[in-house]
Amino acid sequence: MNRENRITWINRLLLPVLNVLTAFAVTAVVFWLIDVNPLEAAEILLYGAFGYEEGIGYTIYYTTNFIFTGLAVAVAFHAGLFNIGGEGQAYIGGLGAGLAIFMLDPTLGAWLFIPASIIGALLFGALWALIPAYLQAYRGSHIVITTIMFNFLAASLMVYLMVHVLREMGQMTPQSELFPTNAWMPFVHDVAAGMGYSIEASPLNLSVLLALVCAVAVWFFLWQTRWGYAIRATGKNSTAAVYGGIKPKRVIIVAMCISGALAGLVSINELVGYQHRLVMDFHLGYGFGGIAVALMGRNHPVGIIVAALLFGTLYQGGAELAFEMSGVSRDIVVVMQGLVILFCGALEYMYRPWLIRTLAPVAQQISAAGVTV
Amino acid sequence: MTMKKFAIELTDIDKRFGAVHANNKVCLQVTEGNIHGIIGENGAGKSTLMSILYGFYQADAGQIDVLGNTYIFTDSHHAIAAGIGMVHQHFMLVENFTVLENVILGTEGGALLAHGLAAARKELTRLGEEYGLKVDLDATIDTLSVGLQQRVEILKALYKGAKILILDEPTGVLTPQETAELFRIFSTLKQQGVTIMLITHKLREIMSITDQVSVMRAGQMVAHRNTCDTDREELAELMVGRKVLLSVDKGAANVRAPLMRVSRLTVVDSQGVERLKDVSFELRAGEVLGVAGVSGNGQTELLEALAGIIPITQGHIEVLGMEMDDKHPLTPDILRGLGLAHVPEDRHRMGLITDFSASESALLGYHTDANINSGVWLSKAKVDANCQQLMQAFDVRPADPQLKSANFSGGNQQKLILAREMERNPEVLLIGQPTRGVDIGAIEFIHQRIIAMRDAGKAVLLVSVELEEIMSVSDRIIVLCDGAISGRINAEDADERTLGMMMANALDPIDPLQAMNDAKSSSNRTAQELDL
Repeated sequence: MNRENRITWINRLLLPVLNVLTAFAVTAVVFWLIDVNPLEAAEILLYGAFGYEEGIGYTIYYTTNFIFTGLAVAVAFHAGLFNIGGEGQAYIGGLGAGLAIFMLDPTLGAWLFIPASIIGALLFGALWALIPAYLQAYRGSHIVITTIMFNFLAASLMVYLMVHVLREMGQMTPQSELFPTNAWMPFVHDVAAGMGYSIEASPLNLSVLLALVCAVAVWFFLWQTRWGYAIRATGKNSTAAVYGGIKPKRVIIVAMCISGALAGLVSINELVGYQHRLVMDFHLGYGFGGIAVALMGRNHPVGIIVAALLFGTLYQGGAELAFEMSGVSRDIVVVMQGLVILFCGALEYMYRPWLIRTLAPVAQQISAAGVTV
Repeated sequence: MTMKKFAIELTDIDKRFGAVHANNKVCLQVTEGNIHGIIGENGAGKSTLMSILYGFYQADAGQIDVLGNTYIFTDSHHAIAAGIGMVHQHFMLVENFTVLENVILGTEGGALLAHGLAAARKELTRLGEEYGLKVDLDATIDTLSVGLQQRVEILKALYKGAKILILDEPTGVLTPQETAELFRIFSTLKQQGVTIMLITHKLREIMSITDQVSVMRAGQMVAHRNTCDTDREELAELMVGRKVLLSVDKGAANVRAPLMRVSRLTVVDSQGVERLKDVSFELRAGEVLGVAGVSGNGQTELLEALAGIIPITQGHIEVLGMEMDDKHPLTPDILRGLGLAHVPEDRHRMGLITDFSASESALLGYHTDANINSGVWLSKAKVDANCQQLMQAFDVRPADPQLKSANFSGGNQQKLILAREMERNPEVLLIGQPTRGVDIGAIEFIHQRIIAMRDAGKAVLLVSVELEEIMSVSDRIIVLCDGAISGRINAEDADERTLGMMMANALDPIDPLQAMNDAKSSSNRTAQELDL
């Protein structure tokens, strides 16, 4: 194992694990400060996330959202762009999915509805990212500023549409009428029942498969195609990319559209898969959570799936915790997430110099042994 | 009994980076008050050794004695305190600070600057007089020429009490005249008892200025010589470990039709500065056209404009049957498709992507090639095979397509880029600083490949700040000064002095008779041979 491999290994595996553990340790201190036994809390959290079928269903359901937004952030990041607009893109993606469904004849089959809603979500998500991308590429407006402002625009636009245009007739709640059942993404428990297995009902639906397909597709696209090559080259060294005949402006547009489209898919899981109607604020937190997921997952699909699972666990387990323990509100999840983001994002390399120093002699022994073998 | 006193004595210095044995029991003795050269190919371990001496790295084993005391440096502050000063290849100066402010950076001497500045001014004036280092202390760095900036670096080291100066490739950015001036400073410093360690790969400089020279190869010290007892051929052989051909062996050029015609090319950058002014020339099949000049006089912009990377402001370029001007730009990918290859001057900034594996860097510019793509799939097997083949053709080491581009030595990175651009058999090759930071064995190889391209009837435009390289490889030479062509000459008529004068745009215009004679003889050439 040479120096390079050693550092890669430390960066990819050991560092994130240590950072997450540190975040947990600090969370434990927070629990202790509010007179909650951290061990007991951890037990409840883990049981809530993995202890029973419904809990697992919820955990994976939340994980699915984080996979979509994590991938979205990662694709932009490989092009050297920081897409903060996952929230807005997910929200507008929902509009796309909903409009696609409402436009079709409700008697049509699911084989048409589901692809149509997916395409709607992809298109609208991409469109919402396209405008900031264009402004960055051709007008030089910074993508971080524009995408974050587009989150607010999306929120306002959706409030208007939900209240004035899409609200169900005769209802006060700002939500649309129910999607036709043909348009629902099948629940996993229903599919399992169809195959003769019985599992507890949960919001978990087949969107999770879509998320995994997206992860594979993103990997293939970024590392196995010429377009992915162009994106990564631009992100790593745009001067060299220009030299190589790559057009960074186009790369910005393409990468941001893909990123927005992926974020838009959150609505497939949330709306088409579970709520079955257009609702307000279904996207809240997932877009920003995706940034942390991508950071923790090193912008690689495999890492993103693992990090998304961690966040999904915190979401579900934290909700359970708030329910079970008096004196713990649901906000504790936000605290835990915040700490994970703090240690995995902001303090990412805190342990790195120390680790490299400590592990150097060990690795040298390993490499020496490797040479003799 | 008088003992010769050593300024620096390194004993059995050993340093490993993983499997790489960068310094293998290196011993070195530098006599006080001498100019001591250290030469070696890239990766020979010179930089590692100097980094150990300056406290950047710690040796795994060995002893460092400076002026008779044994030290363990864990930080460059320790080295500075022991009397060592280092002038890096890339200057460590704050551009918008004055000379004075730069010198006291880190030794301000209190929260308020006034006192420290006054003291420093006095001390610097004294140093300047004593060592003949004259600089305007109140000039900001960005208004100074590179030669003067270097002088500030030397002053800075002396101000911090350096008795031993280490200079890493100090002449790489200087004109011949500035180099001569630097060497004059060296002599003064030497007279004042300062010890100088000169790290370079230029044998000519070693021969002209040093007292002793040590040669490193593959992490070991292979020879110590008194400079007067050796010659360039021996040193080159010691560095490389075999006989090296120092001059370029080439026959007469067989010049054919022009492949590129540049007419009145003007380039204005985004800040509104005119980088190229009214540049016209022709580049013909079967010749190497050298572009000389002090770096920063428009060479970079010339290469980038010809390669379609930066837009043209005025004028037009005819290349391989296509035309481009300000209204009709041709992009790098189109030009590459026409058969124009480009080896950029700066391999880290432009030539490769240091974070990519070698195989991916070897694809830069050719990632849309149908031979490597099958449908949507950029076949990894083919990408690796492509890289393997390039590595074989240009002897890139280690021949590992998976290794990160950043982890190759400068020479091998350069060979990989050259292989990428030359192995596709382009009609026109633009090549910038082909041997910058490349070791002597590889230089020979690169020059041979350029000549081979020329002999195969290709057109080569060679931009280099190395006059020796320009003179030995080119057939014709144009000189750029401040963005304009300040001289045109055939390579066989060129010598260092003439080119140096052209580079400074100081060919004496006052002697009218001489000028007329020159004009007469060169105008004949201009009309017939230069065809401009």
